Amino acid sequence: MQHRYDVLVVGAGGAGLMAALYAAKGDVSVACISKLYPTRSHTGAAQGGIGAALGNVAEDHWEWHMYDTIKGGDYLTDQDAAEIFAKDIIEAVYELEHMGLPFSRLPNGKIAQRKFGGHTREFGKAAVERSCYAKDRTGHMILQTLYQQNVKEGTTFFNEFHVLDLIIEGGRCAGVVAYELATGEIHTFHAKAVILAAGGYGRIFKITSNALTLTGDLMSIYYRKGLPLEDMEFYQFHPTGLTKLGILVTEGIRGEGGILRNASGERFMERYAPSLKDLAPRDIVSRSIYTEIREGRGVGPDKDAVNIDLTHLPREVIEGKLSEITDLSRTYLGLDPVKDLVPIQPTAHYAMGGIPTTLDGECLADEHGSVVEGLYAAGEQACVSLHGANRLGTNSLGDLIVFGRRAGVKAAKYAHDADMPDMPADAERQAVAMLDSLKAASGSENAAKIRRELQESMMNNVGIFRNGADMQKQVDILRDLKARYHHVSIQDLGHRHNSELIEALELGFMLDCAEAMTHSALNRTESRGAHDREDFHERDDVNWLKHTFAYKDFDNLGHVKLAYKPVMVQGEAGKYVALSSYTPDEAGRFKFPPKPRTF
Amino acid sequence: MQINVKILRFDPDKDKKQHWETYAVECQPSDRVLDVLNHIKWYIDPTLGFRRSCAHGICGSDAMLINGRNRLACKTLIRNVVTGNAGTITVEPIRGLKVEKDMVVDMEPFFDAYRSIMPYFIADGAPPAAEYLQSEHDAERMAHSSNCILCACCTTSCPIFWVNGSYIGPAAIVQAHRFIFDTRDGATQQRLNLMNQNTGVWRCRTAYNCTEACPRDIPITELIEEVKRAVMYQQA
Repeated sequence: MQHRYDVLVVGAGGAGLMAALYAAKGDVSVACISKLYPTRSHTGAAQGGIGAALGNVAEDHWEWHMYDTIKGGDYLTDQDAAEIFAKDIIEAVYELEHMGLPFSRLPNGKIAQRKFGGHTREFGKAAVERSCYAKDRTGHMILQTLYQQNVKEGTTFFNEFHVLDLIIEGGRCAGVVAYELATGEIHTFHAKAVILAAGGYGRIFKITSNALTLTGDLMSIYYRKGLPLEDMEFYQFHPTGLTKLGILVTEGIRGEGGILRNASGERFMERYAPSLKDLAPRDIVSRSIYTEIREGRGVGPDKDAVNIDLTHLPREVIEGKLSEITDLSRTYLGLDPVKDLVPIQPTAHYAMGGIPTTLDGECLADEHGSVVEGLYAAGEQACVSLHGANRLGTNSLGDLIVFGRRAGVKAAKYAHDADMPDMPADAERQAVAMLDSLKAASGSENAAKIRRELQESMMNNVGIFRNGADMQKQVDILRDLKARYHHVSIQDLGHRHNSELIEALELGFMLDCAEAMTHSALNRTESRGAHDREDFHERDDVNWLKHTFAYKDFDNLGHVKLAYKPVMVQGEAGKYVALSSYTPDEAGRFKFPPKPRTF
Repeated sequence: MQINVKILRFDPDKDKKQHWETYAVECQPSDRVLDVLNHIKWYIDPTLGFRRSCAHGICGSDAMLINGRNRLACKTLIRNVVTGNAGTITVEPIRGLKVEKDMVVDMEPFFDAYRSIMPYFIADGAPPAAEYLQSEHDAERMAHSSNCILCACCTTSCPIFWVNGSYIGPAAIVQAHRFIFDTRDGATQQRLNLMNQNTGVWRCRTAYNCTEACPRDIPITELIEEVKRAVMYQQA
């Protein structure tokens, strides 16, 4: 079946829904396709809040938020993106509130705010209340509110449609090919502009907070077109996932005063981050937890967790402001945070990298700044790069809103003035061939077994602590898994809700994301933010102040071509300069020069 | 432990009617029912159909009838539904919606009801420069109803909904409650009129099935009663 819209949004989480709303304001026709029902999107799993310098509790300024974002990102953040973000998110939070979002409130009736990791006043002096929250279900409320607004505006949705291919001809995007899960029918969506906002790929790891559906489909499809993925080596492990399960336990519990303790009950973060302690940025807290575990101070039957302690907090805070995690802890572990310590361990959580974009969400075709005409990306799928080498808590929800909106506005403006691109007659060919080859394969491999091996090996070899030998081993493992993938056979050949077929497709996408990540990480011989190498333990600004662009190597399959792009840094008179090497004697030239990161 | 999972299967392209299939599965008491269903799908019978996404009770995809009660498969642990070794659990699709394949039902009528109640904030005039002010007490009035994840556990356990498909059902009323009791909203009267129609709150016979089924512990029947009172006295 053929469809035609001016703007097509892929993904219906926070970024996609925001982009759809704003595209519709541009006097163009808009549709949104999603592999789920919109309200099932994983934005709904975000708990702790959305950071904005409203100053409702304590004095705050967007410059402080901008600085924290850059420092949190270990100076790989593009500072022009951080400036736009820290300014725009203030008014964007008010806009969400005007859409009816039920924020928690302060006694004076304003939006409630609490402390969160890495968010400080006066450029790092002490933690500040910046996270605007709706209990500990802020993402749920953002997702619901944005879906409600799309219902109000009459946005057209195609639910449970899986994108199989992007149509790009002569450097211009003409639409997408998608598979309708309910019927097995192939649909071609012809569009002037396409916005990709389909989320991350945490399922390549064994322990993850991510939904089963977060498999990096669109990143992989982009990569298969010979287009680059940016900064894939930077993947965030959230410090606090429920032990063994990886289910997210919000940083808000530390913002409300929760304390991490090792087996002897020691508040160990005092040793790693004397000033911010439990509220240091996530990369630092996750590594600290793993160091405690490695040195034998873990808890639990396998001594592979540490405890989060809320028992000193009043019951009404725990059951009121932290009701979600109280419920999760009681349900899955049978533990009551009011009186019990809750065992947690770091969990694969968020991709800082993704499809490279300009500040307006235009997809970059290379490291020199060429764009794919008519193609946009936003949210976790994209890399703008706001989060640099490590995202601060609450900045993901802000990213969705600010950059989802910018992508929507820009795409609508483009679509309004552009003609409909030509759609090749055989647009569906590649997608149909991919499905047919999977269905026809008669091998003996089981997709679930390959997936499990992928997840376990990525966790072991490209996880929180990395080194050259392990990652080289993973390169070989991935090549082997990809070879075996071609022998996966599908037993369900039906057309109706064939989720076996979809899961096999998703595995193929995950293998690509893992490949781009592993090669990008292996080549970066330094430690920065979430990318920590035991064999190159220091940050190296002389050689590595630059973004990785990973391209699939079609001449040598299983290999990746790597290129690099400078970081945008604010120089004199507020002007941004592209910098790929830095030494401290240049510090005077810059507003936020790369400094050693201490908390 | 080993358990038997008895699943009500149906593929309209192959089967004339629903039928039971039983799978023996090795599992831990702390496993989720979803883990067990995934195990069956991945290693025993890949044709099994069910929806799932977040796997921890926030996305609302995997509502199903487990041991005769509507629950989320990802929020139900084996130890809560099976006692002892060689126990059996039964898994069926939620009721009142057309079965498309195994546990997958047609969700459109459910979302049609949702869309019919104006499930969106309607401002009363131009918004202020910053946020609307709202007291902590007033914000709390929406705490339960805004917690809904639209999983359909409540609506598909409601006996009135089973026999009268035009009843909008408890989930849609919970959504209406969220806006009716929002002090910032400017369309209270329209909302109360919608609830007063013959598809609205008066169909509820306070069976409490919805409250028992809700995986988010929303006191749904109480919320419906609050909406009834608001309709009766024409004020929220």
